[in-house]
Amino acid sequence: MRTARLLAAIATPAVIAAVPAGHAQEAPRPYVVVGDAIPASLTGQSGDAARGRAIVADRQVGLCLLCHAGPFPEARLPGNLAPPLDGAGARWSAGQLRLRIVDAARLNPDTIMPPYYRTTGLQRVAPSFAGKPILSAAQIEDVVAFLATLKH
Amino acid sequence: MNRRQRSAASRTAVAALAAAVAVTVTVALAQTPPGTTGDARRSGYHDMGPALRAMQDDDSANPAMLWVRDGEALWNRRLGAAAKACADCHGSAASMAGVAARYPAFDAQLGRPVSLEERINLCRTDRQKAEALAGGSRELLALSAYVALQSRGRPIAPPDDERLRSYVAAGEALFKRRLGQLNLSCAQCHDDNGGRRLGGALIPQAHPTAYPIYRLEWQGLGSLKRRLRGCLVGVRAEPFADDAPEYVSLELFLMRRARGMTLEAPGVRP
Repeated sequence: MRTARLLAAIATPAVIAAVPAGHAQEAPRPYVVVGDAIPASLTGQSGDAARGRAIVADRQVGLCLLCHAGPFPEARLPGNLAPPLDGAGARWSAGQLRLRIVDAARLNPDTIMPPYYRTTGLQRVAPSFAGKPILSAAQIEDVVAFLATLKH
Repeated sequence: MNRRQRSAASRTAVAALAAAVAVTVTVALAQTPPGTTGDARRSGYHDMGPALRAMQDDDSANPAMLWVRDGEALWNRRLGAAAKACADCHGSAASMAGVAARYPAFDAQLGRPVSLEERINLCRTDRQKAEALAGGSRELLALSAYVALQSRGRPIAPPDDERLRSYVAAGEALFKRRLGQLNLSCAQCHDDNGGRRLGGALIPQAHPTAYPIYRLEWQGLGSLKRRLRGCLVGVRAEPFADDAPEYVSLELFLMRRARGMTLEAPGVRP
């Protein structure tokens, strides 16, 4: 049992790469950074928090739980490379959350947070992912909508 | 076979081999590779649970010993147009003691560093006049494991070879370079976050103390190059070509980074 669980956990990074990145097919659209935020929705519309929760919890799509814990009682073994997502919606505005997902390196060049909506300045991207953001604009809006609900 | 059947078959095979291996493996070693006091470096061995540590420590349970046995047979098999065995030139494999602890080494004829696997293949083509073994093939892993076993328990001792310096530097630069769609460098995970968890997986410090390793995820023996390729795929980078110089440069750097740590090959990892 223990070994099987361990195996499943260790296998995760390989699984990330083997599964296509959701619907993130289109090249990124332009956006405007104001201070430490992207105030406007990338799609011009509000995201769906329920869909966002599913993206965050899916380790092949959002990948979030590989590094962050959060209010996900069903999730097994979240990572601890980054702060828990609990209270993210209280700490940050929607615009601040959006920039931190889109391209956190704009705020901290040394961050390990992957740039979810940047396709430039990257090296040796695997051909199947080249030119595509990790998440689509619509997926990021869904995630922003979900994180904004995390007030505690 | 499903995984359970394979695992059962593998256990049976391991048990059947126990006696033979116990006779052939005469290298005395500490059962628990010790960490050096005051040294923050840590072999992935110490991050494993007691069951996996016991599997590595017990030659009758360590699945890598199946490859070692094959390697011993290959060592003594005459082949190629020269009809020579490794043993015809090198004698007992005990003459290989320390070799795996200092490779990769600079090859003067090729004018570049070569890994232990490549050295084995150079012997095949140049001395045995046989075809080179495919990278990652069972035979090459078996010979590598058999040769590496001869250095088990020894400290990793890469030479201060002036000719290797630029390659080591290239390996270090590569270790620190962000790669792939996830834009992560080796150093960001293994230097900065070793010991933390990526999902349920503990991030090791990435010291190459036990290669080739029997990895449970692989259900087989694999080289450092295979492990490096796995990390590249994990960050969604395009792996380097199989014969690319990047792998040997990284290995050169990693061996220096692990200088003095105890070689545990062939190891077991999750």
